[in-house]
Amino acid sequence: MDVAVIKYNAGNVQSVLYAMERLGANAILTDDWETIKKSDKVIFPGQGEASTAMKYLKERKLDQLISSLDQPFFGICLGLQLLCEHSEEYDTTCLGVFPIRVKKFPPNEKVPHIGWNNLQQLKSPLLEGLTDSSYVYYVHSYYAEVDPRYTIATTHYMHDFSALLHKDNYYAMQAHPEKSSEVGETILTNFLNL
Amino acid sequence: MLTKRIIPCLDVMNGRTVKGVNFVQLRDAGDPVELGSIYAQEGADELVYLDITATVEKRKTLVDLVTRVAKTVNIPFTVGGGISNVDDVKALLNAGADKISINSAAVKNPKAVDEMAREFGSQCIVVAIDTKNIDGIDFVHTHGGRKPTVLQTREWAKEVTDRGAGEILLTSMDHDGVKNGFANEITADLSSLLAIPIIASGGAGKMEHFKEVFTAGKADAALAASIFHFKEISIPELKRYLENEGLSIRK
Repeated sequence: MDVAVIKYNAGNVQSVLYAMERLGANAILTDDWETIKKSDKVIFPGQGEASTAMKYLKERKLDQLISSLDQPFFGICLGLQLLCEHSEEYDTTCLGVFPIRVKKFPPNEKVPHIGWNNLQQLKSPLLEGLTDSSYVYYVHSYYAEVDPRYTIATTHYMHDFSALLHKDNYYAMQAHPEKSSEVGETILTNFLNL
Repeated sequence: MLTKRIIPCLDVMNGRTVKGVNFVQLRDAGDPVELGSIYAQEGADELVYLDITATVEKRKTLVDLVTRVAKTVNIPFTVGGGISNVDDVKALLNAGADKISINSAAVKNPKAVDEMAREFGSQCIVVAIDTKNIDGIDFVHTHGGRKPTVLQTREWAKEVTDRGAGEILLTSMDHDGVKNGFANEITADLSSLLAIPIIASGGAGKMEHFKEVFTAGKADAALAASIFHFKEISIPELKRYLENEGLSIRK
């Protein structure tokens, strides 16, 4: 199983590569069009800031590539936000795979939302084996709104937000599966088995 | 619901875990990667590795350790100890650390916090503050709590938050090693004052202390070392207790 992990100016990709290694997948970090197109699965990880990331993707035309892929694709953390239509972070137009807006958490509670929180309203083969007492690890200040057409799990922090999204071959998760212990490994294994 | 975090802290010297009481009578406690994996399997929510090596080779051994931890451990971990600049942070994050923690270097050069947060994002910058009460006033201390500064703890915590810290790791030197409970009052003050999570450290002796620091102390996370290393409290047992006491805990 060849997994392409998209290389761009976002942090924390090493952990995703190690998680793939632990699960026995052959993952490579690349921004090469052909390699990404030929791979069995694509992971779009990242931590960072939306506008800088979009600028980088556009300069290398990776935005067009990402929108045109047809193998199973998994956006993680910032990857989820970039797959949405628009982010409030520096008023950024994103990739638009999901017609969903990304907003900043209000300052009613501590922001960023850091720590373990549970998944709710699970509905997808990607989440097979999990329940609403499955916890995943979050670190984020922005969230994707809930859209019943695409949201396959929610998490509650101040209000419900999209924990995971799915449309056609595109999947995305706000929390970090690579840091979410057995629950994260279940999700990544399910993704590899799609 | 967001859960309260339990964080074992591992002191590392020359790539090995050491345990002792207040940094004296240190003895080898095994491989930090193996120990971290065991804690992760037992239900630790995060790990903190604190490097207490004092050699020029320090950064290289720390990067090696971070690489080994990141390959094996499937929960988030923070690394601290002697980190002073953006290059140190970059090397450790690239090796797979989720967060770094800085302490004395922030006091010496507060702008380092701004630089690190701007470069890597607040979410991975933990500012560790060692606090000690002197005649009724809480002052920041550096160098493992030995050196007092003129900074008052609450003001310093507010300042580093404004500069971009993502979390505060607050260690009370008055409580550390005494096992009489965490410094609930100042922890609660900081938690109410600041919009970022507070990790309380120093003073854990029994399970009730964790309950107190999460309720009265309003802490978002609690860190402890010796009670876990010496197996005085096991993590599964602690988590069951806290859950029974009505706290939000990851199972």
